[in-house]
Amino acid sequence: MISLHVNGKVFQVDVSKDETLLWVLRDHLKLTGTKYGCGIGECGACTVHVNGKAMRSCTLTVGEVEKKEITTIEGLPENHPVKKAWIQEQVPQCGFCQPGVIMQVAALLSQEPTPTADQIIAQMDDMICRCGTYPRIKRGIQTAVKSVKKEGKK
Amino acid sequence: MKAAISRRSFLKMTGLTIAVSVTPFGHTILNTSHAKDLKAFNPNVWLHITPDNKVTITIGNSEMGQGVLTAQSMILADELEADWKQIEIKQGPAADALKSPILGAQITVGSASMRGFYEPLRKAGAAGRAMLIKAAAETWNVPESECRAELGTVKHEKSNRTLTYGQLCEKAAALEIPKDPPLKKEEEFRYIGKPMPRIDVPDKVSGKAIYGLDVTLKDLHYAVIARPPAYGAKPIFFDRNGAEQVKGVVQVMQIPQGIAVCATSTEAALRGREALKVQWSKGTHPHMDNASIEKLMMEDLDKPGAKVHEAGDVKKALREAVKKVEATYYIPCVAHVTMEPMNTTAFVQENRCDIWTPTQNQTAAKAMAAGVTKLPPEKIHIHTTFLGCGLGRRAFNDFLPEAVTISKELKKPVKVMWTREDDILQDRFRAPMTHRIQGGLDAQGQLIGWYHKTSAISIMKPVNPQAIKDGVDYYCLWGLWNVANSPHWNDRIQYEIPNLYIEFHMTDLPIPCWPWRSVQNGPNAFAIESFIDELAHAAGKDPLEFRLQNLKTNKRATRVLQTVADKAGWGKPIPKGQGRGIAQHACFGTWTAQVVDLSVDKKSGKIKVERVVAAVDCGPVINPGPLVEQIEGGIVLALSTALMEEVKFANGGVSSLNVDRYPIIRMSDVPEIEVHIVKSTDKIGGIGELGVPPLAPAVANAFFNATGVRIRCIPLTPQIVLEALKQA
Repeated sequence: MISLHVNGKVFQVDVSKDETLLWVLRDHLKLTGTKYGCGIGECGACTVHVNGKAMRSCTLTVGEVEKKEITTIEGLPENHPVKKAWIQEQVPQCGFCQPGVIMQVAALLSQEPTPTADQIIAQMDDMICRCGTYPRIKRGIQTAVKSVKKEGKK
Repeated sequence: MKAAISRRSFLKMTGLTIAVSVTPFGHTILNTSHAKDLKAFNPNVWLHITPDNKVTITIGNSEMGQGVLTAQSMILADELEADWKQIEIKQGPAADALKSPILGAQITVGSASMRGFYEPLRKAGAAGRAMLIKAAAETWNVPESECRAELGTVKHEKSNRTLTYGQLCEKAAALEIPKDPPLKKEEEFRYIGKPMPRIDVPDKVSGKAIYGLDVTLKDLHYAVIARPPAYGAKPIFFDRNGAEQVKGVVQVMQIPQGIAVCATSTEAALRGREALKVQWSKGTHPHMDNASIEKLMMEDLDKPGAKVHEAGDVKKALREAVKKVEATYYIPCVAHVTMEPMNTTAFVQENRCDIWTPTQNQTAAKAMAAGVTKLPPEKIHIHTTFLGCGLGRRAFNDFLPEAVTISKELKKPVKVMWTREDDILQDRFRAPMTHRIQGGLDAQGQLIGWYHKTSAISIMKPVNPQAIKDGVDYYCLWGLWNVANSPHWNDRIQYEIPNLYIEFHMTDLPIPCWPWRSVQNGPNAFAIESFIDELAHAAGKDPLEFRLQNLKTNKRATRVLQTVADKAGWGKPIPKGQGRGIAQHACFGTWTAQVVDLSVDKKSGKIKVERVVAAVDCGPVINPGPLVEQIEGGIVLALSTALMEEVKFANGGVSSLNVDRYPIIRMSDVPEIEVHIVKSTDKIGGIGELGVPPLAPAVANAFFNATGVRIRCIPLTPQIVLEALKQA
């Protein structure tokens, strides 16, 4: 039994410690928003937050994250500035990579609320979007940054 | 999107049901509200208005991010004069009634969803509107001309009365359908041509959207398959016991596709597959690698091929030409690598088979499942999920029969997942091509002769040999030549060339090939538009001017070129060290042109594309936002192939099995992109694939402009660039 803290809830899962976080999230907890894209930590589709940091769930074992705070796309609030910006800017096309992209951006903005263009690229070059939504992702980030700034001023 | 509609409810809804049947002789609009048997009508479009004031549209096309669910609904809602809020969009089952009128199958390919359904959807909507108005007029006993439809209601202003479509639908259902209902004028459009947020976006942002891989069912089992690592390889040995001892593994079975490991979780299936330790035979082409493929395809250009087209006397024209140019081009295999790898979930029971699959081809899916299960087609239920990108790959359902086979044997619902490695290993690639072109110019620099020999691996030969006509696979030639009356519209070379000869040779290699966004329009445009640039240079003319001069009366190609040139500032100075290139292409009924600005780091050989400007003329525009996104996305994808993508082969199979060895463009290589829609009242054309074809040649042309060096292959990797600069 492994104790996993996901999206503010505690789950007891009957898997061994060396099982992959991605498959445990998807197959056992039915949190299918986190996607499989490459399995080697290169595409970013499986990105989740572990203690607030963006991590690749396809290269983590559940043993490594036991009792750490895990957040998946389902756990990111619907009114999160990144999610709102993604709808406003109509970022997704097929949308398969976007949960990972959104989690990556959310982690970036929580650490760096007003990232420079270079910081954005440094962070986002870890992700692949086969539909080529990169220009929209950039726009989505700008919109999210602006709305965070506005919220901050209130 | 609501849950997939069942066939039963699809046919039995109360209220007003309108269908449109499209045949080569025109449209028939049908009132199917009380129809018992629809088979005789074979309609392609469905619209239901029910007493709960809902308007339901059932869509047969697959949603892969192109926004088809939204765009088709907009067309229908507009003509119906419905309130967008009352529209319910349902992903339809696999059904003859949802076949594309122009492609003859329920398939989402060929950028055909709008050009196939624009008119039928308008007519269905307009018929509904006319019938609802009539129903209201009869209810109130007033002339129809005094009633008008507005946002889901019919109004009689004189008496200040209003009835909703829900209130009117049952009465309307008893009326005869108008033969030729009046369509709206462009200025009356409420939705068409105006930006509408896509209905699939919110679920894709929340994480709720269900793709094929996300299907969950009670007692679902998971399977992966050990697949041959080389073409024609067969398993010699595998450790069945080793795999079966892995915790969670339920069964190991040998099937035609390989050795399947079924388990209670993905992890267990993957571990079971590792434990199989399969040994494979060498396969049929153990020495095949990238160098041998390129060498063979170059040699193929010297072998006799099949004549595709001949006009005038090319030999004579080239003999008499004042200037003659010859060039040879090579375009290697590229892979689809949709972010969601191939997968299917199947549940075969004694008397029914359910399939959840991210397919672009429901018609084939149903036929394949019927073939494996031996069940009649009406017992096969195809549930199309969202597609995690398509790019044409998912029109070939090789990922489906294996899931059906395994579920049938296991008697459980089974999800078969392809790992990324499986997905690239078993991909059917964009066909590699070689082109040799000879062109002749007269004293005025006018194009008088064009000899074109091309070789490619056939797309259709292994799948549908009847599609090969006299040795020619036209799928390999789109954008250069096609049969007359092709359903893919305007897909021949756009220049007016009085003496033109085209010959095709089929390369014999075991690599499976298949349409890849824009099919061979991409490779063919690379050769044609690179060569046009070479001719312009030989003629001493500006590349834009030379194109316009040789397009002569081709209005739409001329217009997109002039638009893109104007928007990009063609002819104006560019920053030092940068190059600018242009290219145009037409296919799927749409004309497009692009201008690329780039810089070259001569030390590292790295190309940085700074900006791409595109112009598109696709006739009427339905939803401008997704239209622009499709072109942007196509440009990014094509740039990836122009700069870095090439499938690597070794030991008779694929060696670039994951994205670490098959690089894909990322944000840092993506330029500024501007898309300009040319206002046009011409016939509606396709959009999904149109961003791709002009990009690669525009990059090569811009590279030539920057360096004076011509590279006649893609990808323009730093290594290729450095070699080319060194040789110059």
